[in-house]
Amino acid sequence: MELLKVEKVSKHFGAPATKGQICVFKDVSLNVAEKEFVAVLGHSGCGKSTLLNIIAGIETASQGYTYIDGKQITAPGLDRMVVFQNFALLPWLTVYGNIRIAVKAAHPDWSRQQIHDWVQRYIDMVGLTGAENKRPAALSGGMRQRVGLARAFCVEPRMLLLDEPFAQIDALTRGVIQDELVRMWQETGITIFMVTHDVDEAILLSDRILLMSPGPEAQIKEEVIVPIPRPRARMTIIEHPAYYPLRNRIIRFLSSRGESRQTAATVSLVA
Amino acid sequence: MKPSGSKSWLVLCFLFLFLFVAGWQIFTASFKSLPGPWPVAQTAWEFLSDPFYDNGPNDKGIGTLALYSLGRLSLGYISGSLVAIALGVVLGLNQTLFKALNPYVQILRAISPIAWMPLLLYSVQSSGWTAILVVFMASVWPTMANTAFGVASIKKDYISVSNILQMHPVSKLFKVILPGAGPTIVAGLKISMGSAWVAIVPAEALLGSLGLGYFVWNEWNNLSLTSVIFAILIIGVVGVFIDILFSTMARRLAYVD
Repeated sequence: MELLKVEKVSKHFGAPATKGQICVFKDVSLNVAEKEFVAVLGHSGCGKSTLLNIIAGIETASQGYTYIDGKQITAPGLDRMVVFQNFALLPWLTVYGNIRIAVKAAHPDWSRQQIHDWVQRYIDMVGLTGAENKRPAALSGGMRQRVGLARAFCVEPRMLLLDEPFAQIDALTRGVIQDELVRMWQETGITIFMVTHDVDEAILLSDRILLMSPGPEAQIKEEVIVPIPRPRARMTIIEHPAYYPLRNRIIRFLSSRGESRQTAATVSLVA
Repeated sequence: MKPSGSKSWLVLCFLFLFLFVAGWQIFTASFKSLPGPWPVAQTAWEFLSDPFYDNGPNDKGIGTLALYSLGRLSLGYISGSLVAIALGVVLGLNQTLFKALNPYVQILRAISPIAWMPLLLYSVQSSGWTAILVVFMASVWPTMANTAFGVASIKKDYISVSNILQMHPVSKLFKVILPGAGPTIVAGLKISMGSAWVAIVPAEALLGSLGLGYFVWNEWNNLSLTSVIFAILIIGVVGVFIDILFSTMARRLAYVD
């Protein structure tokens, strides 16, 4: 079942009539199936975060259409939750308050007790039990993003939109949280669309990787399916025979700046 | 060298007080017309030993007068601040409106609140209400300008979060916009309070409505300079207490990004 559909979406910055107008990306089309984990990989500046914001409904496309569940996306909605690179936690609220605000928004009719139980459940799920009353400033990057994940998961969206979610987290913590994300993804059966520039992260986490050429006029040039079976572990994934060919192919694409090798499509790597 | 820690500032603080009083004593000893610290202290003791006496409509204790001023101040200030915050939020969220109104706001805030007095007095025909309205005029502009700035400079991500969560406009206002702009708003409220407290003294003096400003002017008419100096000190001290109140509030609302 196809959940997200992006159809020939382009984004321009600057007034349309002027010559100074910049086209960030052009005619981007993609599909994400239900329960799939799809990553978009590209250089910084190729507009992949803008693409994610358009899907989230907090920015608008200059051309083209986006659909979720067959309905056109025109505004943000509780069916699509975003996890931000810089966490975007409200700094004047505690961990508990940041999650509570989301639960209350999603369930305005719930009683205090229902809301409390739900908030606590997700705090426990991301392993923040005991840190409920801390403000974001008192937390490490890893813990902040746990709050970000709890805030996104607790409204039970159809889709999770991850905007380079682990880029600002130190390497050791990153692995732990990536594992937890995969666990929560499998437990909840949610659909995930992630934007990243980390090749290893994309291979470790996703079912399918879309490669974006650098901007301006960036496009999705290639699509690769990750043929490595789950569960995947960071330590053992590199031993899988498909890992290095896949990684090399992606690196080659990124270093060639997406110009060449358009011929070798998905076929060769599909297991 | 002593460690630059704990209590050295306090010692220095008292030293400055001593130097000030000493300088005052020397100055007034050479110009005999002005009262020195000792007569002022005596007057202060007299007034402060019975702060709430009431000998008819024009002779009340200094504490009562201070409460009159503070009551007027609170009424004008609170209503002015509510209007200022409401307008500030609207202007902060709508940059076009902000740009369109900004020149007029700049003109209005440049006008001393005391300058409005004749017009206000003529319109409301009551000295008590005029003093309150002067405080109102003094309170509005700094808070409004700061609120508009604070709201406009809330991080875009926080607004995005509230949009993604599809928060109700009312909870968006109270849970995201006002707390986000909170520290800037309080800074504006503090400036407003300063200018309101500065404005109320001449307003009361000119209008003859009971209060600290009235007291200053009355004692000047009685040619009692010791009382005038005492009143000046009281006005300063009350101002400091108000300021401490706001600093406490600012600390509570502050957040680290």
